Amino acid sequence: MDRLRTIEREGLRTNLTAFDPGDTVRVMVRVREGDKERLQAFEGVCIGRRGGGINETFTVRKISAGVGVERIFPLHSPAIAEIELLRKGRVRRAKLYFLRRLAGKAARIREKRGVVVPETTEKQEA
Amino acid sequence: MTGLIGRKLGMTRVFDAEGAHVPVTVIEAGPCPVVQVAGTQIQLGFGAKKPKRTAKALAGHVKKAGLETAPRVLQSFVLAAGGEAPKPGESVTVAIFAAGDRVKITGVTKGRGFQGVVHRHHFGGGPETHGNTRHRKPGSIAPGTDPSRIIKGKRMPGHMGARRFTELGLRVVKVDAERNLLFVRGSVPGPFNGLVTVRKQGGRSRHD
Repeated sequence: MDRLRTIEREGLRTNLTAFDPGDTVRVMVRVREGDKERLQAFEGVCIGRRGGGINETFTVRKISAGVGVERIFPLHSPAIAEIELLRKGRVRRAKLYFLRRLAGKAARIREKRGVVVPETTEKQEA
Repeated sequence: MTGLIGRKLGMTRVFDAEGAHVPVTVIEAGPCPVVQVAGTQIQLGFGAKKPKRTAKALAGHVKKAGLETAPRVLQSFVLAAGGEAPKPGESVTVAIFAAGDRVKITGVTKGRGFQGVVHRHHFGGGPETHGNTRHRKPGSIAPGTDPSRIIKGKRMPGHMGARRFTELGLRVVKVDAERNLLFVRGSVPGPFNGLVTVRKQGGRSRHD
């Protein structure tokens, strides 16, 4: 098993933005259309991370046209071009599944104080 | 060469160039010393046996190939058509495979013990409720007086698993010649650390 973990480690990405459940993130996804490749943004609240090593995934939830949409990303997938941290959220649990039955004002997450969100990254990249 | 002996390390995932996730089994295969060459049959070895536990006959057999220690397993493979026969003492490595190759992998499946007909043969079983008691029983196994016997091969409860099984049409995803690793798409018979043989296969992969 240890040998397998060592092999898996080679597939891990090292340049990942640190983020936690509750944070608002923008995930830039590589989308292939024919022979062209473009970036598609998926912006929302990370409501949980699960798995470890190369199997780690995270779920991003957003409200799109009034409908809740969740997307699960493999953290180490090369299809993710970038993860931008937009806002640190103050939450008290690791899985924010309770957000699913909340809407509007009730579904707000308080901002974590004293944490500097690297806003500059976003502007530089854009 | 058309095959190699190896050890199943376990399963993990890799991502392809598109970013799609591919489930893979990692096999540590070879290097397998050539122990004997007889016509188109090539006998390969894998692993190492303690000298203390090596029968003298086996020790003599491998000595002919110039090997110091006897391999734990010996197995014959067919020489690839038109291929040049390797000489005894040479080593066969995973380099005989390339990404994209189709292979068949043989191993001993995990033992399941004595299992009923639902697990072993995928019978439907009976209803769970409404006074029914034929929950996981096989039901009728034959007509009555007329044949007065059970047809041979009737599927019944019994020992399941721990048998030789060949998974066909697997696809090699990656070959790591440096560390003797083979990444094969999908699952492979047997437990982790189980012995497997990987052989080349023609035809189509089930993942095509």
